[in-house]
Amino acid sequence: MIQTSALVKRFGRVTAVDGVDLEVREGDRYGFLGPNGSGKTTTVRMLLGLVLPTSGRVELMGTTKVREVLPQVGAMVEGPAAVGHLSGRANLALLDAAGPGGGRRTRKGRVEQALEQVGLVGVDDRPVKAYSLGMRQRLGLAGALLRRPQLLVLDEPTNGLDPQGIHEVRELLLELNRGGTTVFLSSHLLSEIEALCDRVGVLDRGRLVAQDDLAVLCAPTGRTAIHTPDLELARALVLDEEPHNDHLLVRTDDPAKLNARLVEAGVRVEGLAPERRTLEDVVLELTSSGSDRIGAR
Amino acid sequence: MIAVELSRLLRRPRTWVMLALLCVLPTIVAVFVKTSGVAPRPGTGPAFLSAVLANGALFPAAALAIVLPLFLPVAVCLVAGDAIAGEAQAGTLRYLLIRPVGRVRLLLAKLVSVMAFTLLSVVAVAATAYVVGTQLFGSAPLPSTSGTTLSTGDAALRTVLAVLYVGWSMLGVAAVALFLSTVTDSPLAASLGAIAVLVTSAVLVGLDASASVQPYLPTRYWLAFVDLFRDPVHYRDVLRGTLLQGAYIVLLLGAAWANFATKDITS
Repeated sequence: MIQTSALVKRFGRVTAVDGVDLEVREGDRYGFLGPNGSGKTTTVRMLLGLVLPTSGRVELMGTTKVREVLPQVGAMVEGPAAVGHLSGRANLALLDAAGPGGGRRTRKGRVEQALEQVGLVGVDDRPVKAYSLGMRQRLGLAGALLRRPQLLVLDEPTNGLDPQGIHEVRELLLELNRGGTTVFLSSHLLSEIEALCDRVGVLDRGRLVAQDDLAVLCAPTGRTAIHTPDLELARALVLDEEPHNDHLLVRTDDPAKLNARLVEAGVRVEGLAPERRTLEDVVLELTSSGSDRIGAR
Repeated sequence: MIAVELSRLLRRPRTWVMLALLCVLPTIVAVFVKTSGVAPRPGTGPAFLSAVLANGALFPAAALAIVLPLFLPVAVCLVAGDAIAGEAQAGTLRYLLIRPVGRVRLLLAKLVSVMAFTLLSVVAVAATAYVVGTQLFGSAPLPSTSGTTLSTGDAALRTVLAVLYVGWSMLGVAAVALFLSTVTDSPLAASLGAIAVLVTSAVLVGLDASASVQPYLPTRYWLAFVDLFRDPVHYRDVLRGTLLQGAYIVLLLGAAWANFATKDITS
């Protein structure tokens, strides 16, 4: 669906994106992660032909002529935008009329369907400048869905939404994905990516430092976490690989046997579970702090 | 896309406010001239105004001469400067380009929309002025500035030519603003930049020391439309003005296209 090779973008002397090889397959729910200023937005803009790469190649839906397939791509980049003095409906109709494809007669139907999908169907004719942040965000999403795209490229789509709204958007994206839409979600909200995506790419200072299935990145580490009030007693019996003040981390092939051994020795075991790395652990390990944090020189 | 742009132009409250303001200024002047009965002495004040008291049908030409030095170019600068930079500032530019609208097509649509506004404002000023002028001062056969009398058809033709000439001159202004609009993401900077160019040009036109560059200054031949009301018509300055504006339009629109077609859209 999306394939880039050795994608580089320099702005003057700053290298914003430095040799990125993205691979998003058809039907993926791809999460694009990275600290602020790591080059996420520049990459997304290059995918959509807004920013021209310094070198490297972008292939969208099997072609390097990105403009030809853009009608089948819905996108939201760096927040929604609309003409303030017109209604949401008028904005969508103008956007629909501005580009190729789709007849005038079916326009109203498309606009209503997109509004329905994002939960704005009953909206009145007030101008967009009177919309709340959440309504604007929904309208931006409606604009992306307007052409029933095969590929959705979304940058922070739940920004400004309340928990209910975030849940609705997630359900909508999952439903669209089940219907065959590939979703490319760029965000720095780990929880959002974790809840929605099945594949993750991590960007750090312009470089793609990881790209894999979420299940692989967050696979069990082979260690077992043991929670017990008798920490000292337990540590005398087994090798604690990483001392914490409330649990032990022990490498074992057979957690059941380990448990039996501890209990026999009088260790009161509260909990015993395979250690799993969270997405946060993975990302923190792979990336440096964002470019918005200016430390001492 | 062109239809979309035109519809947006007409649905924008700002368009109508500016048109109204443009039409109000000559009307105010007409009311003052009528109530006081004092017109500027021939050769002083805006062109034609001295003759308006005797003949209201001459007022459209006078009205164009009133709005031409400042109001009309400022309005055109505002609209043309807003064309691309305004979309960039509002964030709608990226969504149009993703939709996708080709960059050249978008620029062309903006140009057509600016042209429509320019023509609309010139025609609106002329039409309002005709109504106001003939109501306040009555109409008589139009005299030429050379003293002979013009037939109604001839006068109408000359007024149309004057409107077209002023429109063409304003298109030159629009080209400056449109080019600047592709350079910056701030519509205000683009509009003010274009106005600054015009002010500079106007200052130099009035300066004897800069006589050598005067034939190339954009504002130099603006008022040449007055020559269209002479008998016989003096075409020399009108032709020079037309060619000069044409050169500016081609050059600046070319520059706008070259800049915009390969620009990184980071707005």
